[in-house]
Amino acid sequence: MSLLELKNVSKVYGNLHALDHVSLKVEKGEWLAIMGPSGSGKSTMMNIIGALDKATEGEILLDGEDISRKNARALTDIRRDKIGLIFQQFHLVSYLTAVENVMLAQYYHSLPDEKEALEALERVGLADRAKHYPSQLSGGEQQRVCVARALINYPEIILADEPTGNLDEANEEIVVELFRKLHLEGTTLIVVTHNPEVAEVAQRTIVLRNGRVDHEMINENFTGKIKHITLQ
Amino acid sequence: MFVRMIAKAFLRQWKKMLMIAFTIALGSSLATAMLSVMMDVEDKMNQELKAYGANITVVPKSTSVISDLYDVGDENISGNYLKEDELGKIKTIFWAFNIVDYTPFISTQVSLDSGNTATLTGTWFNHHMDLPTGEALDAGIASLRSWWTVDGEWLDEQSDGSSECAMVGSSLAKKEGLSAGDMIHVTGSKEEKNLKVVGVFDSGGEEDDLIYVTVDTAQALGGLEGKIDSIEVSALTTPDNELAQKAARDPSSLSVSQYETWYCTAYVSSICYQIEEVVTDSVASAVRQVADSEGQILNKTELLMILITILSMVGAALGICNLVTASVMERSQEIGLMKAIGAHNPAITGLVLTEVLCTALIGGVIGFYAGIGFAQIIGHSVFSASIQIRPMVVPVVAVLVGLVTLIGSIPAIRMLLNLRPTEVLHGR
Ligand SMILES: Nc1ncnc2c1ncn2[C@@H]1O[C@H](COP(=O)(O)OP(=O)(O)OP(=O)(O)O)[C@@H](O)[C@H]1O
Ligand SMILES: [Mg+2]
Repeated sequence: MSLLELKNVSKVYGNLHALDHVSLKVEKGEWLAIMGPSGSGKSTMMNIIGALDKATEGEILLDGEDISRKNARALTDIRRDKIGLIFQQFHLVSYLTAVENVMLAQYYHSLPDEKEALEALERVGLADRAKHYPSQLSGGEQQRVCVARALINYPEIILADEPTGNLDEANEEIVVELFRKLHLEGTTLIVVTHNPEVAEVAQRTIVLRNGRVDHEMINENFTGKIKHITLQ
Repeated sequence: MFVRMIAKAFLRQWKKMLMIAFTIALGSSLATAMLSVMMDVEDKMNQELKAYGANITVVPKSTSVISDLYDVGDENISGNYLKEDELGKIKTIFWAFNIVDYTPFISTQVSLDSGNTATLTGTWFNHHMDLPTGEALDAGIASLRSWWTVDGEWLDEQSDGSSECAMVGSSLAKKEGLSAGDMIHVTGSKEEKNLKVVGVFDSGGEEDDLIYVTVDTAQALGGLEGKIDSIEVSALTTPDNELAQKAARDPSSLSVSQYETWYCTAYVSSICYQIEEVVTDSVASAVRQVADSEGQILNKTELLMILITILSMVGAALGICNLVTASVMERSQEIGLMKAIGAHNPAITGLVLTEVLCTALIGGVIGFYAGIGFAQIIGHSVFSASIQIRPMVVPVVAVLVGLVTLIGSIPAIRMLLNLRPTEVLHGR
């Protein structure tokens, strides 16, 4: 059984089909990239997979469970328990420190645990920045805090919508490296990107156009190996 | 974590929180002031309204009939009297608490050394009574005639030798060339006495021709021991309605339940009726205009204060509404993020409400103390007395502030509940 399966999923805004009968399977531990021109429905699809939004029609099976007909409360529980979200604009809470931002996700999930949150920051190479506020961190560092926040509750799947869109090349590489590490640890990853370099490190890439899956590419040379980049 | 978040959110938004606290402080200070004044106002109004004099007069039955028939005025020509030893009973009637002051009068004619005659009246000035209820009351004309201007001093019944003292009306004093500190020799039908004029009063009315002395002195001079001409009573009353008017005509025309209602309401007619029950052969009648207006002034003042309280609360609610909505709007991304990472609506609502309620608490407490100050200012400028703060004010203001804060937060909470994370997180 696939971890995630979309069956004929559509999202309609007025008479605009942002997603038009899309079907897709993602296996556990898979690293999938989603590409496509602006307005092709990438974010729409991520929102639906991430239980942030509801499809107009179709079924979304996560872990064998149809989430397409669930109410808002149940969807919140699914986001909390099964999904890790990473955004282009980071969305860290400005008045909380890095470690507190990670703990925030723990707080809404179960219990905040500072030690565990610090460990998560260590995994993204930011142990020594734990007490810094978002405004004192670089863009790349902020995005790594977001990765730590997405990881902290051991989600089934991590969804990243243009995680490197606001980053320079060096930081982009660091984040991609983190993804590779997560992939090696068995995390399921779906990454939306405009950047072919970010897409080509994934196992598989789907390309959306006008709300449909235009075509799919398998990365023949996918090795999953970590390149030797030292974090920081 | 919750506490840490609240504390940090506070620090970041301190300007807005300060504004919210200020708005609430303003509202709660007004509410505190108005409620304190309102709860204390009955006493204050009593003191104020005593200045209008008595609203019930009690006379012997036959005197009442004669004066009704012939309109002979104040003089006691019938030779009927009330009993002095029954005076205390007035403070034992059902509505005793509403009797705020009363005083007896006993008049006799005396001749002065100049050859003129004058009316000498015995009364209470500041007659001290310890009531069976444990309260104490200083009754008499010192408070019932508080508008008098007195040259010299009020006669003090508590001081030694008060029975050798007198207060003289300004017209008589002028005619006889008397002033405060002089001695005056009076001859009554039974005795004669040398009295010290402690004060000359100006009442602006007929009383300026009188000599006022203590009850004992007047009784001794006229040989009227234990006798009283009339009693003036100042009582706090409920404005009349139909029932009260019907009862005033004839209490026996009421049904049992109507009678109960009437008897147990502080209508001037039921108080009169109850006085007649305890004072033998007496007729108590209302000086109607004054009695009615007392109740009405009280009601109107309370209405005004309730209105001010409501308006200040509505104002505060509107202010809070604006500020909290602005605060939630400013934090929409943060709130969207919290929802996205799994925060349920109650958790976020709780966070925002806790912040606002904490702010409201601070503002409310500051406002409460400011309100006590306001109340004193109002007390001194309107009633020339300090306002006693009733403990009841605290919970009432707390509940009002809480309600207003919650009501003011409703639009913001609704916005927060309807906020969809997808709308704020993708920077559209
Ligand atoms: N809430 C909405 N109401 C109406 N139309 C919407 C809404 N959200 C998205 N759309 C439309 O749906 C289409 C797909 O939008 P989506 O955000 O998924 O594109 P995208 O592939 O993520 O584009 P980009 O690369 O620019 O982020 C667009 O045409 C967009 O205008
Ligand atoms: Mg997008």
